[in-house]
Amino acid sequence: MKTQAIHAVPPEQLQKVTFDEAMEKRIAEIFERYPTKRAAMLPVLWLCQERYGWISPGVIAAVAERLEESPAFVEGVVSFYTMFHRQPPAKYVLQLCVTLSCELCGAKTLAHHIKERLGIGFGEKTPDGTFQLLGVECLGACGGAPVIQVNEDYYENMTPEKLDQLLSELAREQ
Amino acid sequence: MESVLLRARGVANSRDITTYLQAGGWEGFKKALSMPPEAVTQEVIDSELRGRGGAGFPTGRKWSFVPKDHPGPKYLICNADESEPGTFKDREIIEYDPQMVLEGIAIASYAIGAHTAYIYIRGEFFRWAKILEEAIAQARAHGFLGKDILNTGYDLDVWVHRGAGAYICGEETALIESLEGKRGFPRLKPPFPAVVGVFGKPTVVNNVETLACLPHIMTRGARWFASIGRPRNTGPKLFCVSGHVNRPGVYELPLGVTFREIIFEHAGGIRNGRKLKAFFPGGSSAPVLTADEVDVVADFDSCAAAGTMLGSGAVIVMDDTVDMVEVGRNLAHFYAHESCGQCTPCREGSDWCLDILNRLVQGYGHPSDPDQLLRICRFASQGMTICPLGDAFSLPISSLVSKFRNEFAAAIARAKPIPPKKLPVMPWVGKDVRFGG
Ligand SMILES: Cc1cc2nc3c(=O)[nH]c(=O)nc-3n(C[C@H](O)[C@H](O)[C@H](O)COP(=O)(O)O)c2cc1C
Ligand code: SF4
Ligand code: FES
Repeated sequence: MKTQAIHAVPPEQLQKVTFDEAMEKRIAEIFERYPTKRAAMLPVLWLCQERYGWISPGVIAAVAERLEESPAFVEGVVSFYTMFHRQPPAKYVLQLCVTLSCELCGAKTLAHHIKERLGIGFGEKTPDGTFQLLGVECLGACGGAPVIQVNEDYYENMTPEKLDQLLSELAREQ
Repeated sequence: MESVLLRARGVANSRDITTYLQAGGWEGFKKALSMPPEAVTQEVIDSELRGRGGAGFPTGRKWSFVPKDHPGPKYLICNADESEPGTFKDREIIEYDPQMVLEGIAIASYAIGAHTAYIYIRGEFFRWAKILEEAIAQARAHGFLGKDILNTGYDLDVWVHRGAGAYICGEETALIESLEGKRGFPRLKPPFPAVVGVFGKPTVVNNVETLACLPHIMTRGARWFASIGRPRNTGPKLFCVSGHVNRPGVYELPLGVTFREIIFEHAGGIRNGRKLKAFFPGGSSAPVLTADEVDVVADFDSCAAAGTMLGSGAVIVMDDTVDMVEVGRNLAHFYAHESCGQCTPCREGSDWCLDILNRLVQGYGHPSDPDQLLRICRFASQGMTICPLGDAFSLPISSLVSKFRNEFAAAIARAKPIPPKKLPVMPWVGKDVRFGG
């Protein structure tokens, strides 16, 4: 498994967003699946996050226009869900599960280990923009506790040693 | 017990539709298509299948609430949100046998007369959403989905819809709101989704595991299904065992085994030679059971009789080193984060509980804290909230306080004086006459 890095488009390039033909085509396909345009909200936001790396106010405005909603409404939706990045994320977002089974099996040790090795706590990024740590709630993989999700990928039964190895690989590959 | 839902685990290329067809896959749907929809529903009613998503509601009965003469579209939703802490079974089914889920969706859709089905899958499950997309493409290519399926005139489209990180979107009405493109705010019931659901149309929401049972009920019959387990608690069930056991994982067992068998035989007992202290029998929203209660039978009715819930079948095991006050803090953190915020008792109550438990864990307990916690929990669990998350946070927390009161007392006995600034919630002193204490 090779975790893909996130390449976030810088804020200055996302102030005003126009969807290109490829995006428009995929949005049109999404509209086909639902009787209302509004229902395309999450799929279109996901499409944007895939494409731009995060959801800037400019992206919100563009989505709102395309879905015929107000930007305030879209903003309300975006802010409700935890997975939409509202700031440019690091290349690798380390999502450490802090819920019960993971805590029982050593999530706290992993959090301390990350703090020691990378100098970042929950919600923080390394200065070079490579890593970001988030504490997340149960990832639905508790049999493999402690679990850490990096971008899209799950890493289970983590130990400080395995984490070291993973972080070194990711830092090398980026 | 023979493997039913997990029969594909460990089989080479198990996800591939040819493997599934070789194992007799899609025969259940073919059989359903040869029957009138009401007969399919009746078969499921006779099997006594109960929903595996948490509430244990009889599946066939739920379908029968869909108005028969409704003129417009109806919808089926497969709930793959899998976010109850401790639960990781739907992912296992999707990983090994996505066609089985699709076949179940097709059978249920046919029975209720839906021509569109959505699979709402939690946003974090990137990999499993892709697996489902691939499975749908294969099923379409083989003519099991799409227009005029197997020349019967029946049409069905299935779409994967990804969530974006919100526990509450597992609750069926929040899921429906989320699918409609809004914040995941649960709706007041009634009307129930079977009457007014997604896009204002009759909608059935069923869990992945519930749907995965259907192909087997169709091919092997309701009587076979009902012969597994116990009366009114029939069929195979996936138990997710996590925490301090030697072999955490998903185990397929008949409903009606005891938690002792699940924890000690199947999951290999407690790690590092330690002793069992307590366990959550059905996800973190189920009241905790102590080591003395390990002989409780793992089915819906027996768990209810023991004052807890089978929930999603997620058994979270804790050994004798665990501090139950910290367990309470961990759970309060989860629920305070996941409350959607519509109802005061849930939004404020979960946060207050978290504040108090944080204070207790940090060594600033106050003698009134246990009663304060119980009181907050009582308020959030008396039907005062729109959805059951109020109960989901308050029942486990009050069970921890009631069953491990000695640990709360010990934490309080160790407490340092409370510095005035460290007091997020004032300790409750004395009796509150308005609310009867
Ligand atoms: C707070 C809350 C969270 C829930 N989360 C899930 C979930 O993640 N997956 C699920 O299938 N059901 C979940 N449910 C239960 C659903 O509301 C619903 O009862 C279920 O999907 C119905 O399917 P079933 O009849 O097949 O069990 C949740 C319920 C509540 C109150
Ligand atoms: S009980 Fe909690 S989660 Fe449910 S609707 Fe009310 S505030 Fe939202
Ligand atoms: S508690 Fe961490 S994955 Fe469930």
